[in-house]
Amino acid sequence: MNKKIIAFPHLANYHVPIEYLLKHLIDCEVMKVPPITKRTIDLGSKYSPEFVCMPFKYNLGNFIEALELGANVLMQAGGGCRYGYYAEVQKQILEDLGYNFEFYALVESDKIAIMTIYKVLKSLNPKLKMFKYLYYLAITFKMIHYMDKIDVYIRKNIGFEVISNSFDNLLKEMLKEFSKTKGFFHLAKIYRKYFRLFRKIEINKPKKVLKIGIIGELYDIMEPFSNHNLEKMLAKMNVEINRYTNVTYLVITKRFKIKKMLKTCGKYCKYPIGADGMDNVANAITLALEGYDGLIHIKPFGCTPEIGAMHILNKVSEDYKIPILYFTFDAQTSIEGIRTRLEAFYDMIKMRRSK
Amino acid sequence: MIKECYLGIDVGSISTKGVIIDKNNKIIHSSYLWTEGNPMEAVKRVINNLENDLECTNIAIMGVGVTGSARRLIGSMVGANMVKNEITAHAVGTLSIFPDVKTIIEIGGQDSKIIILEDGIVNDYAMNTLCAAGTGAFLTSQGKRLGIPIEKFGEIALNSSQPVGIAARCTVFAESDLVHKMQAGYKREDIIAGLCDAVVNNYLNNVARGKKIKPPIVFQGGVSKNKGVIKSFERALNEKIYVDKQGHLMGALGIAILSKNNSLGKLFSFKITTEHFETKGHTCPRCPNHCELISIYKNNMLIDKWGNRCDRGLE
Repeated sequence: MNKKIIAFPHLANYHVPIEYLLKHLIDCEVMKVPPITKRTIDLGSKYSPEFVCMPFKYNLGNFIEALELGANVLMQAGGGCRYGYYAEVQKQILEDLGYNFEFYALVESDKIAIMTIYKVLKSLNPKLKMFKYLYYLAITFKMIHYMDKIDVYIRKNIGFEVISNSFDNLLKEMLKEFSKTKGFFHLAKIYRKYFRLFRKIEINKPKKVLKIGIIGELYDIMEPFSNHNLEKMLAKMNVEINRYTNVTYLVITKRFKIKKMLKTCGKYCKYPIGADGMDNVANAITLALEGYDGLIHIKPFGCTPEIGAMHILNKVSEDYKIPILYFTFDAQTSIEGIRTRLEAFYDMIKMRRSK
Repeated sequence: MIKECYLGIDVGSISTKGVIIDKNNKIIHSSYLWTEGNPMEAVKRVINNLENDLECTNIAIMGVGVTGSARRLIGSMVGANMVKNEITAHAVGTLSIFPDVKTIIEIGGQDSKIIILEDGIVNDYAMNTLCAAGTGAFLTSQGKRLGIPIEKFGEIALNSSQPVGIAARCTVFAESDLVHKMQAGYKREDIIAGLCDAVVNNYLNNVARGKKIKPPIVFQGGVSKNKGVIKSFERALNEKIYVDKQGHLMGALGIAILSKNNSLGKLFSFKITTEHFETKGHTCPRCPNHCELISIYKNNMLIDKWGNRCDRGLE
């Protein structure tokens, strides 16, 4: 058989650590899947069931574009909602389209488990040792953790940059260096270097700024293409942005926080309602108590856990007097309606603040 | 003495509105006409109308505000000092006339919105995003089917004592329901009153879902000219509905006020109507995103360009 070429779907910048992990553990090529464009989503929607949630279409589009370029090993993760079925259904669709490939799902039941991933990687590289696997997995997680930490700082300050794109350009540089990490110490060194560089970027931030929290479905809030660069649009309005959902949270910290979040939710939500529904209610309350001016809730069309959460959020919005703007995204790419509502939301919270 | 005035333009999908206000937010002149799919021409005609009205008075336009769905295009065309979304503009405009309004219902040609206010500030809002069933376009098209000009719709609806029920969920269903009721022999005024009810129900179930509608309620937008719809709203909400004579101009009034409050004034000249404006659209070939770029030319000089979603900039 030919050389194996691995591909996996895009999610914001997280292809960097995942590529790093695979490169070091398996003796094969890791493909740089073409960035998400309109073509990706067109391809994805064309071959997806019409009412499936939007991330499915994006992922499928990524797979098709990767297969076209010669990928022959595909990987897909999963989660506690329809996401758990993505792998199986996508495999079937792609097979029906006549592609030849191996498909690996990194999930069993609904959790991303360390042993499952090990088994998958072991089957791709029989010589793989457990110790080596754990070592690189730990580095990868640390890298993701550092990326998310930097991201928090970026979100809070990017709206106030003096030279436009200075944050984005530095981030690109950092990711490039991350992908060449040699080990734990080297990684920490790179992180510290960029931690300092990011703080050196000139910003013009007044003391009192409008603060908006972003909550919602994980893919839609993390993948900027899918939400029309909503965070960038907000940043251009000089807003400080915060969101709790990132990969560090989803993969590592979430499982330790569930009890605490249920306590925060109190009477609003007494048990997890699937995927991140309950988490978003808890985060909404936390953000409201921290004095945020408004929240933006994003979900793909038909996302059941978030639809459940929305009704609870309405109540939270009323009781905590915090406005919430809801967005539902699907494969459409028109941006005007989003801009209008976002502008109006900004005007509204600004007026409320001045009162 | 030269009087300081401000111009507000609201370019909607169906109609284009222009007002000139004085320093006390009073409307001196207004113009209202159909956009007819050509916002640039429509704005020129509106400005022309206003200019003709003004001929003998000695005034200076100190600033221009533009709102509505074509706000960006028209904003760079007229050199506006304020370009803002319709929601804010409507809220500001309405507040200048009804300072204690709590709910603004706005139904226009292609969209509808609800704005909830508290103590004179916007507290919550929603826009219809799904379907045109609850808008003026729906009434106009059904009026055509029944052979009734939209202007007479309201009068006829008021004559009905028993409106027929028409499905309000979706334009397509409403239409087939309507055809059925027509063929079944219901009276025309009852069907028309039923259509007005359908618009109201659609509005309350879609746009206003989950919103607390508190009095005083102000109803505006093109559809507020329709007495049948006003009556349907009063029946459904059991509250008095306020409709201002100038309700259709609220967006333009609001944006004129916002333009006035913007310290960066810019003297406006009516010469614009004789200038030549042109837009050119082309698709960027550089990546599979195929962004649609729009450039505006004023007398063959590029004045503005937008539409790309990457950092590549515009060339």
